[in-house]
Amino acid sequence: MSGSLSALFDHVSAVGEGNAGMSPMLQAPVILVGWPRRQGVLVSVLWLSTLDFLFGAKHVLQGHQALQRQSLLDMSLIKLQLCHMLVEPNLCRSVLIANTVRQIQEEMTHDGSWHMVTEAFCGTGQSPSERLVATEVLCRSREQDAEPKLFSVISYEGCREEEVVADETLCSVSVSDTVSNVCLAGRMGQCWEKSELSGVERDEEALEDSREDEEVDTEDGASTEGPKTIGQVFGTFEIKNGSPGPDSALEELFSDVDTSYYDLDTMLTGMQSAPKMGPYDLLDSLAPSHSSPSIVSTPNCRSDLNELDHIMEIIVGS
Amino acid sequence: MGEDGESPKINHSFLRDYVTEADVISTVEFNQTGDLLATGDKGGRVVIFQRETEPKGEPEELGESGEYNVYSTFQSHEPDFDYLKSLEIEEKINKIRWLPQQNAAHFLLSTNDKTIKLWKVSERDKRPEGYNLKDEEGRIKDISTVTSLRVPVLKPTDLMVEVRPRRIFANGHTYHVNSISVNSDGETYLSADDLRINMWHLDITDRSFNIVDIKPANMEDLTEVITAAEFHPHHCHLFVYSSSKGTLRLCDMRESALCDKHSKIFEEPEDPGNRSFFSEIISSVSDVKFSHSGRYLLTRDYLTVKVWDLNMEKGPVETYQVHEYLRSKLCSLYENDCIFDKFECVWNSTDSVIMTGAYNSFFRMFDRETGRGVTLEAWRESSKPRAVLRTRRVYTGGRRRRGDVGVDSLDFTKKILHMAWHPAENIIAIAATNNLYIFQDRVNAENQ
Repeated sequence: MSGSLSALFDHVSAVGEGNAGMSPMLQAPVILVGWPRRQGVLVSVLWLSTLDFLFGAKHVLQGHQALQRQSLLDMSLIKLQLCHMLVEPNLCRSVLIANTVRQIQEEMTHDGSWHMVTEAFCGTGQSPSERLVATEVLCRSREQDAEPKLFSVISYEGCREEEVVADETLCSVSVSDTVSNVCLAGRMGQCWEKSELSGVERDEEALEDSREDEEVDTEDGASTEGPKTIGQVFGTFEIKNGSPGPDSALEELFSDVDTSYYDLDTMLTGMQSAPKMGPYDLLDSLAPSHSSPSIVSTPNCRSDLNELDHIMEIIVGS
Repeated sequence: MGEDGESPKINHSFLRDYVTEADVISTVEFNQTGDLLATGDKGGRVVIFQRETEPKGEPEELGESGEYNVYSTFQSHEPDFDYLKSLEIEEKINKIRWLPQQNAAHFLLSTNDKTIKLWKVSERDKRPEGYNLKDEEGRIKDISTVTSLRVPVLKPTDLMVEVRPRRIFANGHTYHVNSISVNSDGETYLSADDLRINMWHLDITDRSFNIVDIKPANMEDLTEVITAAEFHPHHCHLFVYSSSKGTLRLCDMRESALCDKHSKIFEEPEDPGNRSFFSEIISSVSDVKFSHSGRYLLTRDYLTVKVWDLNMEKGPVETYQVHEYLRSKLCSLYENDCIFDKFECVWNSTDSVIMTGAYNSFFRMFDRETGRGVTLEAWRESSKPRAVLRTRRVYTGGRRRRGDVGVDSLDFTKKILHMAWHPAENIIAIAATNNLYIFQDRVNAENQ
């Protein structure tokens, strides 16, 4: 894990130093691990140098505005997830960043500009699973052997959002079948660029509708189960309790990620509370076909789970 | 004081020069008379400076100034580990507050993120000599050798400063303590963390009263934290606390035991023209100070300092731009976390001048009577001891003058966060990362 992470950092810093026009302020390490690794990194570094201009300029194109908003959102999410330190994170800073994320999300919701979000991530032609590598790497917490738990969707643990933002479910409409989701994601990625197929438009509308529905639900304060749409992912602030549906692609994709750190209180007070779901429950809920070869997880957690599975088998004698 | 007019003659002395992270000064505070100056650093140490007085104890002659020399150094807090949460507790001293002096000894409160300690600083310059039963080295004498009796006498000896912990107020806070404030009653003090404010009695360490609690039932709903708190200088029932949303709440402890409901709330309506994604972050108040008179409040947010009248809640009575040229750079400052820097602000002794820090080792002073501000620099390379400090300027357009600094060449790692103003004279102490600068206004000193 550390090897790939440092390689990413090296890549970013090399790009940064080469750009002579950058001001001293931008020489602070720019952590863009969440971005696609190839030309996306360079693009995003340049974006940052122009971000100040973009933010300051009054008359900007709609595209620019959405882009700057997206960049800010990503930056915020990265900041939130980088609070995994030995010392307790600064609560004031976390709250301010989370409020910024919320603000951006509300604005994006009202603008209905989700297509910009997906374009930024699906438009590079990279498969979503490769982006998962980057985000998973960042989302390693210190305790590799901690039991995976359900994690809250937004506020003080940014890693979750980072995963989701980069993930294929952004491109998917509803979650009912793992296989179809993967196919859908692949197709969506190309569709957003072309935006030709009527299917895309339908899906887009459905996406927005379901998202808006989720928004309404969120405002009512109810935590919803069921299909995990973007709205649910971004809009809800409740910790999801209970076991997810076995068809939930989202859960399956991230079931091997150590989520104990994403519990809100854990984040804020550092206290490790009791897991809401035992590890065996999650293992049971894993569909056999879920572990698609495209998901490359770091060896640590995967081997831990495999080991756990193995031990379970021995104990149970199955 | 004007940007272009003559600068006051400033006398300064350099007192510390370290390079390690642990020596970064994290708080500065004068005591009530101004004779003692305490600094705390990231390594958990407290250094107390004492002003040199004339041998006869008279105020310094014209042209001479009392310099501050190291009086005592002690380790206040040690790095700790919270085993329950598996997290380190930093030993960095967040705040120091002196107690009003009641006898020959001095008392101060120092706090890190979790624990507040009361220290007694006392001098010993005499020691008894001539014991009957002990010899000079302290060994017990053989009683058969004692032939006569004598009374031990106190003989002067080298000055020794003893610092002892007298109280340790632990386990009062779940979140990080950001402020402590001694009450005017001389018996109690408050300590504030991100979500709660506790009131303690100085003599009781195993109990504290929780007087403000803004923790929501569901932490997911948390959108606001407490950033600073202070007791009123004269009214022992009033205190104010600031929030990350830019509001100030004045609370009266006579109203109820739990002061979640404020007596007054001070907020400025948002300027729709300047609205951006960073509006909330830059409105977060990083420091709040009552004026010496008790009538005004001084607050610092990221780009401005504001003076509030306690009698007017709808907005500040004065607003001063500290570094407005950074408004167009907020995104970069957000990216490198500088936007979360917490600057302090201070009043002068007569509440006519306010001061706060900025970047590039600059700090700003604003004269409330004229409304004008001046930029000064706390940087060794550009000033010599006893030399006049020249004013600086950040170039933001118009005619560029020699010595102007461009916005893009500001050094954002050199930030002036902590400072203190002498309670009676125009002497200021500025903490610039590892160094402490003490500046004195000689022109005004002559006029006093």
